[in-house]
Amino acid sequence: MELFTNQVLAGIATGAIYACMALAVVMIYQAIDHLNFAQGEMAMFSTFISWQLMQWGVPYWAAFVITLVLSFIGGIAIERILFKPLAKAPVLTNVAGFIALFSIINSSAGLIWDFTIKQYPTPFGSSPFLGSQLVSTHQAGMIGVTVLLLLGLYFFFQYTRIGLAMRAAASVPESARLVGINTSWMIALGWGMASAIGSIAGMLIAPVVFLEPNMMGGVLIYGFAAAVLGGLTSPFGAVVGGFLVGIFENLAGTYIPGVGNELKLPIALALIISVLVVKPAGLFGRHIVKRV
Amino acid sequence: MSAAEDVVTEGNEAVEAVPKRAMTLGLGTSLVVLLLLVAVPLFAKNFIIFQMTQLLYLGLAVLALNILTGGSGQFSLGQSAFYGIGAYVTAVMMEQFNIPYFLCLPVAGVLCFGVGFLFGQPALRLSGVYLALATFALATAMPQLLKLNFLEPWTGGVQGLVVTKPDAPFGLKMSQDMWLYYFTLVVVLAIYVFSVNLLRSRSGRAFMAIRDNEIAASAMGVNVALYKTLAFGVSAGITGVAGGLSAIAVQFVAPDSFTITLAIQLFLGMVVGGVGWLPGSIVGAAFIIFVPNIAEGVSKGLSGAVFGVILFIVIYLVPHGARQVAILGQQFAGRLRRN
Repeated sequence: MELFTNQVLAGIATGAIYACMALAVVMIYQAIDHLNFAQGEMAMFSTFISWQLMQWGVPYWAAFVITLVLSFIGGIAIERILFKPLAKAPVLTNVAGFIALFSIINSSAGLIWDFTIKQYPTPFGSSPFLGSQLVSTHQAGMIGVTVLLLLGLYFFFQYTRIGLAMRAAASVPESARLVGINTSWMIALGWGMASAIGSIAGMLIAPVVFLEPNMMGGVLIYGFAAAVLGGLTSPFGAVVGGFLVGIFENLAGTYIPGVGNELKLPIALALIISVLVVKPAGLFGRHIVKRV
Repeated sequence: MSAAEDVVTEGNEAVEAVPKRAMTLGLGTSLVVLLLLVAVPLFAKNFIIFQMTQLLYLGLAVLALNILTGGSGQFSLGQSAFYGIGAYVTAVMMEQFNIPYFLCLPVAGVLCFGVGFLFGQPALRLSGVYLALATFALATAMPQLLKLNFLEPWTGGVQGLVVTKPDAPFGLKMSQDMWLYYFTLVVVLAIYVFSVNLLRSRSGRAFMAIRDNEIAASAMGVNVALYKTLAFGVSAGITGVAGGLSAIAVQFVAPDSFTITLAIQLFLGMVVGGVGWLPGSIVGAAFIIFVPNIAEGVSKGLSGAVFGVILFIVIYLVPHGARQVAILGQQFAGRLRRN
């Protein structure tokens, strides 16, 4: 039983990483209706910017805030420059655009900061949290930040005018335009916010997985899986999905014989698919009815 | 964000409707392309012939994805898994059981058809990104499954398997590369003709009806479950043959050649070639073979960025891929004829 509890705790700790990433994925999905494959790379690039700022002597929290602002602007710039012209192109062409963006960011980061693994500081320290060997204070801090972020987003979308406008622009663009909402800019805003949330995720994950251009590869896959499991239309679902995927992955690695690190991911994904077969819109997703 | 149901109206389908006549080339153009494919190797060096073989079998794999996505509207990131199964089946049969290569390919195809058909069953309930995730899981699992210990006597584990290249039969005076090219060409052409006819048949119409509107299709009496899984099966079978051809041409199979990267390349090939336009598959294959090399040539350190930029330029200029170029060309030719 103790093994089980420990593994679940460890799962929650890694799950916090996935939850963060899944939140960013869902944010952009809300705004543009596509999964952004370059999301992880954008987060990685933001994290490198914050690292560079700290190398130049900027204190952690200042670097954190500057990176957040820069990422927000960067996300909007990417949408305005690269993806706005593709707004009328077919969906699959947009996906190809994401892959191109992925390739560009990954390769540029490799050239600017090279591929060696770098240490990244944590503001929370890394001593054991409440005497548990499995959860460090950093991981506890990460969970805390994720929950705060989720609450913030909830209030933003439910109780502010601009949040309402963004929801309207995403769900019924034409009617939103008729009541005077600039839907095009709402999409850009969605990109900016997703990029900013991604940068928070990146900065929280970097102390755990270390900083390098490919650090987001695995995390993004789990983040996607978490977002899809929780339901792509629900930020709350994304966070729950993140924790569930973390727990799934750990338990599969512990209890199913013959599962090394290599098979953890396929098994976690297989589990997620079994869930999706029963609930095709994810655990907390809205069921979409199509008009013929 | 409530749990209320959303109603989505028409007009934002994932895959655009391509009429079946627009899926193929005209007779004249087809003959010219065929003539080029037959004649060029006679005047080319062995390495170029090898690259053309590569172009053919990757084109075949892109074609398979095109049938699935452009034909039936289903999305797959798991093509690399079927490709890997096809390659491994061919390699294992050739090397461990000494079965001639031309008999291995149909077995690979039929086996992959079966796997694809079965995989299509759970995938039935999923669509769009959810289906993408399911197929993605298959793609990530495949290299690990190929490395499994108890399969090692056949697959050679992480090391992979070396495959012997077949000689030209009947005492033909032809290099191995050239023989393999013509062999591949015949297989690919046969499958291309089969695919074109499939899409023009009753089954093809059913695929397209499902792609354009699943609910309407089922109301018209199309057995949606059957045709969706059938599309998966056919696509997987063709991909398996392509994988088998690649194993013979490259003379080597290893688990790490069949990762998600391959599936993404095939996807890019489909988009660049034009979703739903079968002849575009070969253009897409050319893109994924040659553009990374060009990017490498432009800048070693930034090859990924150069590749991304080229891809961006291509999708800006022609968001519908090579199909758009072909349509423009046709209109231009039509205008010339009228003058």
